[in-house]
Amino acid sequence: MFVASTSVSGISVMVVAVFVACVVEMVEALTIVVAVGHTSGWRPAIRGVAAALGALGLLVAGFGPALVQIPINTLRLIVGGVLLIFGLQWLRKAILRSTGLKAKHDEDLIFAETVQEIESVTDLAQRERVAFMMAFKGVFLEGLEVVITVLTLGTSARHLSLAVLTALVAAVLVAVVGAIVARQLSSVPENAMKMTVGVMLVSYGTFWSGEGLGVKWPGNDLMLLGLVGVFAVATWITIAAVKATNVKERA
Amino acid sequence: MSKSILWRILRGFGMFWWDFLVGDTPELFVSTVFILAITAVISEVGHQHSGAVVVFLPVLVVASLVISVTRAVRKART
Repeated sequence: MFVASTSVSGISVMVVAVFVACVVEMVEALTIVVAVGHTSGWRPAIRGVAAALGALGLLVAGFGPALVQIPINTLRLIVGGVLLIFGLQWLRKAILRSTGLKAKHDEDLIFAETVQEIESVTDLAQRERVAFMMAFKGVFLEGLEVVITVLTLGTSARHLSLAVLTALVAAVLVAVVGAIVARQLSSVPENAMKMTVGVMLVSYGTFWSGEGLGVKWPGNDLMLLGLVGVFAVATWITIAAVKATNVKERA
Repeated sequence: MSKSILWRILRGFGMFWWDFLVGDTPELFVSTVFILAITAVISEVGHQHSGAVVVFLPVLVVASLVISVTRAVRKART
């Protein structure tokens, strides 16, 4: 089987995209875990996190080696298409949030809602089960997007181990920082980070779907950096245009 | 494994991918499929224009983002 290599620029974009995506999603998950831990003790919270991480690890271990067996051009076309849709969804959401047309992700509100939900259960045994499930669901659902990012970027770049390692480093970093700052998670510039990941996913999606269809990019992998620049500028112009029409609407 | 459990797993798997790829932005799914189809046709039949694909592939992607944002802006203002 032909194994394509990815240059330093391609790997760098992959590492940054996986790292930032993992940080963003883990901040969201950690808010729920911290709320669960504060409300009903750390035992169900830690058990929920461990179970979710185990399930996510099984997904990577199961699908990763299977995806690597797919011929590189077919894999890059499929992965490129998925990344394009996924990245465009992230970018769209980030643009709408930064222009005030969509509410920003509010970690304080999520924290309060989680605490309220657990406290509404009066039976202690039942409360522990609810706490476990909330921690599990929080980490598993947020982690699924990370798993998809890791699997798609890692297998297409033929650097799955590096992608997994990057995600693990990001998860540990968020857990350590989260344990120290606990309730200050709301100050993380989540939308800006989501926008950065969106730009990178769309760039990778465009690049790989093109390669999968036989497009010869000038400069090979270096073109990835060019695409990041193009989509970053396009995002900035779109935000400015929407903000300008917002001002006109209000006038 | 009973048939109903297998059906529920398959249905859940299908629903996950439907929500993930289509969800509340079907226009992004449709436009991506359209962009890839056009790129495939041009790459297949017009090798002499492969340079053009390098330009219009990113342009079409930006256009699809702008269309989706415009649609969301209109929806938010009505």
